[in-house]
Amino acid sequence: MSELILPKRVYYTIFAILLLCTYLTWQLAYFDLGPLNTVAALGIAVFKSVLVVLFFMHAKYSTRLTWVVGIAGVFWLGILLALTMGDYLTRGWVN
Amino acid sequence: MPELAHHHPALAHQFENLAQQKEASTLGMWVFLVTEILFFGGLFATYCVYRHWYADAFTAASRELIVWAGTTNTAVLITSSLTMALAVRAAQTGERRLLMTLLAATMALGCVFLGIKAFEYYSEYIVHHVPGPGFQFEAEHYRHAQLFFSLYFMMTGLHAIHMIIGLAVMAVMWWLSYRGIITAEYYNPVEVSGLYWHFVDIVWIFLFPLLYLIGRHAH
Repeated sequence: MSELILPKRVYYTIFAILLLCTYLTWQLAYFDLGPLNTVAALGIAVFKSVLVVLFFMHAKYSTRLTWVVGIAGVFWLGILLALTMGDYLTRGWVN
Repeated sequence: MPELAHHHPALAHQFENLAQQKEASTLGMWVFLVTEILFFGGLFATYCVYRHWYADAFTAASRELIVWAGTTNTAVLITSSLTMALAVRAAQTGERRLLMTLLAATMALGCVFLGIKAFEYYSEYIVHHVPGPGFQFEAEHYRHAQLFFSLYFMMTGLHAIHMIIGLAVMAVMWWLSYRGIITAEYYNPVEVSGLYWHFVDIVWIFLFPLLYLIGRHAH
């Protein structure tokens, strides 16, 4: 099968970025940024996940159908979290 | 008859060719991973609700986790994802010895991860942080810290079970490589197993900051 074979350099680069991001997440946690602590930590986690999905999991080079499936999964997770928190975060508003 | 005889031995008869078979099994794994996202998603949603309600107890409890162990384990898992990605590449290029070495390295790193996790569980057991009648914590957060630790053990435990399954899958891949069944023409099983391994890595990428790091700046 004539599959796309990525150069090793790509994997090493992604690996280095992931390690750097881990270090950054860890160090940032010791600074008091208020609510931004969680935003930064989750932002970096999302960034890391996207790198893993695109390059390690070859999503960047996958079929469109694979993209649809993957995005649908994240979208449904979004529904789960948004509707759940939409309820719990706003309960206090009633009183 | 002559045409059938030329089929690749790994080609299942419902597929036209290996490329179609590969596409189908890759898609199948992605569909499975979507169900996994929502499986873990329920726990993440639970975490969001309780962390929102009991923010102080959650930060106090999070501070009790062994941060160096969590950070080290994140690095270990990321390294295992690198060896996994390189293993898939070695399978693609048909480098059998390298593939076997990289699969073994991936499994070894998986074992290191589980070893560190076991050490953490043991440490938490010693200081009575396992929820239940023996749980001990500062009185102010006693009840809600148990919620944090329940989620901690459930989420990392479920993740660890996935790691153990991943190790079993990698052992099978190693065996298939050893037997010479994995070739540059037919490396699909390694690629699909890799997808699963990377997914488990991604779950940890989120667990690490949400469990270990939320109370670090409070002092």
